Amino acid sequence: MSTYYEEVQEIKAQYPNWRSATLPALRLAQEQHGYLSPEALRECADALGTTPAFCEAVASFYDMLHLAPTGRHMVEVCTNVSCALVGAQQVLESFEQELGIRAGETTEDGEVTLRPIECLGGCGWATVVSIDHHYRTHVKPEDVPAIVQELRSGE
Amino acid sequence: MASERMLVMAGADERDLTRLAEYEAVGGYEVLQKARAMSPNAVIDEVIASELRGRGGAFFPTGRKWSFVPKPDQNPNPHYLVVNADESEPGSFKDNEIMARVPHRFIEGCLIAAYAVESKSVFVYIRGEYTGPYEVLRSALEELQERPELRGDVTIVLHRGAGAYICGEETALLESLEGKRGQPRTKPPFPAVQGLNASPTVVNNVETMATLPPIIEMGGAEYAKLGVPDSRGTRVVSISGHVEQPGNYEIENGTSMRELIYDLGGGIPGGRELKAVIPGGSSTVILKGDEIDVGYDFDSLLRLNTAMGSAGVVALDDHCCMVQLGIRISEFYEHESCGKCTPCREGTRWMTQILRRLESGDALQSELDLLLDVCDRINGKCLCPLGETAAIAVASYVEKFRAEFIAHVEQGGCPFGDSSPLHDVLAPAAMHLHSASSAVPA
Repeated sequence: MSTYYEEVQEIKAQYPNWRSATLPALRLAQEQHGYLSPEALRECADALGTTPAFCEAVASFYDMLHLAPTGRHMVEVCTNVSCALVGAQQVLESFEQELGIRAGETTEDGEVTLRPIECLGGCGWATVVSIDHHYRTHVKPEDVPAIVQELRSGE
Repeated sequence: MASERMLVMAGADERDLTRLAEYEAVGGYEVLQKARAMSPNAVIDEVIASELRGRGGAFFPTGRKWSFVPKPDQNPNPHYLVVNADESEPGSFKDNEIMARVPHRFIEGCLIAAYAVESKSVFVYIRGEYTGPYEVLRSALEELQERPELRGDVTIVLHRGAGAYICGEETALLESLEGKRGQPRTKPPFPAVQGLNASPTVVNNVETMATLPPIIEMGGAEYAKLGVPDSRGTRVVSISGHVEQPGNYEIENGTSMRELIYDLGGGIPGGRELKAVIPGGSSTVILKGDEIDVGYDFDSLLRLNTAMGSAGVVALDDHCCMVQLGIRISEFYEHESCGKCTPCREGTRWMTQILRRLESGDALQSELDLLLDVCDRINGKCLCPLGETAAIAVASYVEKFRAEFIAHVEQGGCPFGDSSPLHDVLAPAAMHLHSASSAVPA
């Protein structure tokens, strides 16, 4: 099994300039560390041959990169117009109720982070909910308990 | 009665075209061989003859864009083809389905374009959230890896974004692809001359690429017989919101919007009236429900001062509050503003704040003028169109539904309240530290 450092070298080789590997390297570091901790940023910078400050500056721009810890699972409810028109807010509130947290928070056991998100590009299949970066479509408030149950049971 | 006309999505309902064997069974990759038997210039001429215009939203003639790229002997730097697969415009989900269902047609188009602009290196910048389409494309490319005669000497790299609407703007996309924060560049120089790593670069949309195989197959002149002047061929249109049958529909350009919404979309649910339509994604000027007897094409919509944009049609029924719509749209742009240009960074936030005061009934009538004034001070004063489109869209809600905005002032609150589905929708921008609505001074 290759190390993070080696994997980043392989990614760098795909591009004419090493810097293009920054986003893939940050995504990979986040996958391995859970979030972009100072240690993850140092490791990323080391593999890229740049500074942790550069990595942090880039990471802070992007919604999917997290500089603070998140839950083990990420539940993101699209609340942009097309989803909102068919009840996305009610879906978001069902998750709040079922998880016992407000949107933007993480459950106390560190399992689930819930947040609203901008348009996921699934407007015709509203409401779209991204669970650990895989889309669930046509989600209704009454579907939420089963989804949370699934997350809690570990699969 | 409107019907679909499938070129980009052809065969996808009958076969699993995500598999190379199935795609080849319907003649897949034969067009690529046909293109490679032509000279690169002849391919460009064919695309010019087709009158294809970019399907990302700006509608720039594709063949002309290619012709701006210096020839290798004029500029020895490597030439790049970058595909904009960062579809993030609220209302648009066509590229998602194109990549997920006809990945090989899309890839074939990329290889045709790469041949035409003499590029050996293709980067597909796919939005980070699109895990599904990414996995489909990755396995399609793995299949192609076994077939060097198809792939030729071209490498295609899938580059995943990380969540930023602005990276759909081509220069921001290039910055992001270079590993930086995705902030737009000044133009000129245009990407055709100085794009990725300051080398000649063509940036094209996913649907544009997937339209190339049918164009080369039928010939540019034949393709140009479809559609209407200035909008040739077909378009994959995303229909969502208050319609019975939301989804992507491939239509001939010029099809009536009424047919899009009432025939293909199946009409408005619950016996409701159509109040308004966002015709081309959230960035476009809204149409009132009685303005939809118009062709869905560039010229017809331009006459109504609006645009096809990225072909995201959003229908809103008569219990939607237009102030609430303004808030949600404004919050989107506030959240997605990259912060580089002050009018956009500050202006979108001010727009949200004024709209919130209108909604809560705290605004004076003069604040309606203030809102339009803020919009006006964003327009034309930024590097890219993000802030401007927010301003134009919101100003169009005020212009077309002015009585409703004034009613908010006069009644001291929202006439619709929580009967509107856009009431109190939590947006990411509302979670910004600066943005708690209670923080707005009374």
